[in-house]
Amino acid sequence: MFDPDVTSPLDDGSPAITPVGPVSRAIIRCRASDIDLVSNRIDIALPRAACRSVQDSGLSALWLGPDEWLILNATPADSWVSELSARLDGALCSLVDVSHRQVALSVHGPRAEDILATGCALDHSIAAFPVGMCTRTMFAKAEIVLWRTGAANFHLEVWRSFARYVEALLREAESER
Amino acid sequence: MLLLECPYCGPRAEIEFRYGGESHIRRPGPHAEVSDAQWADYLYNRKNLKGEHRERWLHAAGCRRWFNVARNTVTHQVLAVYKMTEPCPLPDDTGAPVGDPSMTPGTAMGGAA
Ligand SMILES: [Zn+2]
Repeated sequence: MFDPDVTSPLDDGSPAITPVGPVSRAIIRCRASDIDLVSNRIDIALPRAACRSVQDSGLSALWLGPDEWLILNATPADSWVSELSARLDGALCSLVDVSHRQVALSVHGPRAEDILATGCALDHSIAAFPVGMCTRTMFAKAEIVLWRTGAANFHLEVWRSFARYVEALLREAESER
Repeated sequence: MLLLECPYCGPRAEIEFRYGGESHIRRPGPHAEVSDAQWADYLYNRKNLKGEHRERWLHAAGCRRWFNVARNTVTHQVLAVYKMTEPCPLPDDTGAPVGDPSMTPGTAMGGAA
């Protein structure tokens, strides 16, 4: 059940860093030859381009690897992944509900790139990391998925047990002037 | 720190990768015809080159693909990066492609680079 009191281990927001509310999440894996079939069944076109995302009516599909995508559903429901599973019946793919494995933070505002740069070696400039780009990467010693949802908006997914660690480092970076 | 260019994701910091040891090592077979010496050679013996090396890397904190890197172990210069199914693009290279990437290990082997 999505009980908002236990959904996030994160603290309340600060100006540039706010927890993202409950999200349903699934990992889909399939071969390149099955991408079209799987996309049709789940009603969102899985991106083939590396490190790119697609958004379609509340669903987001983030490329994590050539055969792996993270699907986010902004309208969380415990039944969603089992519904996807039923629709994928017969398709050769793997579907795993990871809704509660990870939590999300929003890093936003004019200093978002600088805050992220304190723990992640990627070039976060808009030219190198455009809106819609997503990737699994590292923030300090924790694995994260970083997704740019706007010019000054990043969505950061982190495994639940690493969330407070990443959050604390981000807040420390935010506090520095 | 190395900056490695993943064939799928582009240049990334070394912290995102795991080293997988020497590349282009074929499993001998069929198994019943493999001598103990051949098997031991396959399991344990590596060139441990000082110079131009062909090695496997896993983009563990990225796309989770294995790929090959041709790297000079003295200078750390990366000479080429190529997919598991591709031969080394360097001229005069004799290493054969490893083959089906699904047959490569799912976990990193060996120690640090
Ligand atoms: Zn990669």
